[in-house]
Amino acid sequence: MAAIISLRNVVKRYLRGKQSVEVLHGIDLDIETGDFVALMGPSGSGKTTLLNLIGGLDTPSSGEVSVAGVRIDALGGARLARWRARNVGFVFQFYNLLPQLSAQRNVELPLLLTSLSAAQRRRNVQAALAIVGLSDRAHHKPSELSGGQAQRVAIARALVSDPTLLVCDEPTGDLDRATADEILGLLQTLNREQGKTVVMVTHDPKAAEFATHQLYLDKGELVSRSTKAVA
Amino acid sequence: MKFLPLIWAALWRKKTRTVFTLLSIVVAFLLFGMLQGVNAAFNSAVDRANVNRLMVANATAFTESLPYAYLTQIESVPGVSAVSQQSWFGGYYQDPKNFVFSFPVEPLRWRRIGTEYRIPEDQFDAWVRTRTGAVVGAQLAAKYGWKIGDRVPLHSVIWTKAGGGSDWEFDIVGIFTSPEFASRENQFLFNYSYFDEARVFGKGRVGWLVVQVADPRASARIAAAIDHLFANSPDETETKTEKEFQQSFLKQIGDINFIVTRILFAVFFSLLFATGSSLMQSMRERIPELAVLKTVGFTDAGVLRLVLAESVMLCVLAALAGLAAAALLFPALRDAIGVVTLPRAVLAEGVVIAVLLALATGLLPAWRARRLSIVDALAGR
Repeated sequence: MAAIISLRNVVKRYLRGKQSVEVLHGIDLDIETGDFVALMGPSGSGKTTLLNLIGGLDTPSSGEVSVAGVRIDALGGARLARWRARNVGFVFQFYNLLPQLSAQRNVELPLLLTSLSAAQRRRNVQAALAIVGLSDRAHHKPSELSGGQAQRVAIARALVSDPTLLVCDEPTGDLDRATADEILGLLQTLNREQGKTVVMVTHDPKAAEFATHQLYLDKGELVSRSTKAVA
Repeated sequence: MKFLPLIWAALWRKKTRTVFTLLSIVVAFLLFGMLQGVNAAFNSAVDRANVNRLMVANATAFTESLPYAYLTQIESVPGVSAVSQQSWFGGYYQDPKNFVFSFPVEPLRWRRIGTEYRIPEDQFDAWVRTRTGAVVGAQLAAKYGWKIGDRVPLHSVIWTKAGGGSDWEFDIVGIFTSPEFASRENQFLFNYSYFDEARVFGKGRVGWLVVQVADPRASARIAAAIDHLFANSPDETETKTEKEFQQSFLKQIGDINFIVTRILFAVFFSLLFATGSSLMQSMRERIPELAVLKTVGFTDAGVLRLVLAESVMLCVLAALAGLAAAALLFPALRDAIGVVTLPRAVLAEGVVIAVLLALATGLLPAWRARRLSIVDALAGR
């Protein structure tokens, strides 16, 4: 399969006070369409920074980042935002739902940027909530949902605009084992049945087992890569 | 419109804070509506002053009287088409708080000048015939339930009667309207002859004279001619247009426009800080949420517009509530200023100020939201 994500000699530096700190040192990486990749490594290894670059939340200091043939490192502010809206779904450790909105309204957020009618938006939201098994919680606020349910809503929000890529930062970091396995199973299903490419940062080796590929970063460099035989 | 639920929900994220902010804006705009309404009502009366009229008062002070004889002398000034006279009666009905705008006039002279008044012919005739007759404005009659045939006592705070006492009795013989100048329907007019004969002092004198000129372009020349006529006399005159006269009359009360402007400036200046800090705090608390919006594809400019829209919605809704309350309460001022509705211009001005307030208070938080870095915000930096 063709690489959906391609990084070439990617370097990322941050300014910490007056000091420039290099977090990623010349990363080269290809992720193929339909892969489920777990990015692992110790704290401070650069996992989240790499994920942010892949998801277009940040831009590299140097090097190239291409996603689905688009050089996103060359895109600026508004164009990058529009690219994210069309191509990437994000899932975060702490769900990051808007507390004052119902589940339905939270899932609808990415669709507000499209030209879909209210009725079409409602249909798409219902479909996304059905995929994550939360049709009956559409009108509940995040405070009325369990952690697992809130993360499912976040996944529905990531899915609703039908992106090719799902970017997940420690999606099970705040959940118990059983709930975490449910969420990971859901991501696996989305990867296998809907062909979504999933890139997931995790500390948890059990979570990484749900992925088809595992990448290890240490001190800003990719140190190993393993591929699991698909069951 | 599709962003409305998002903006509305953000606005009510902290209900108590929003309610208090709303209330402070509502009260400010209620105050604005009432004060600016009064100011506009006075200005409107001045602006609508008759351009064909000159007012002749004593040059020493407006409160000093003039000899009645000036009236006939002024009538002979070229360009003058009619002259009437009025005096301040200073009357109230039953209780000092029931102040009545009451003036002794000569009906026939008054009618030639007072073209804005409407009174049925038979009632006017009755007024001319009846020595103690009085005609009252429709609003005043409605307020006290007066009708034709009623005998009404007014107590004057200035004039005592020859027989003793300051209570004057009048027979209501007519009710007039003034469709274009509703405030005049609060007036009480009665016969000067009755007044002049019965009063103890000031006989043969009048408060001021109202001069009708044939051509308003000649007003300045005629005013100068009138003042020249009485120059170096014991009662020199100062002749002004009706507009100038009303302006100086209002200044007797105080510079209303100055007072209102200063009060409102202070109110809105403090409101600017109160609302601004509230919106700023709200933005700070929502940094992760704003970052999420940017993550899912909202542009920097889009987030700026959302935060500004929140500010506009808050300020405009509260302003409308405040102005609506002012419009409801405004008729209560009728007794004091004779105006029954809040001028539309004040409502429009209020909405414009609300939008400006929203932009002034919302711009800084909106700009900060625009500059928010997703990575830093999500990392809690």
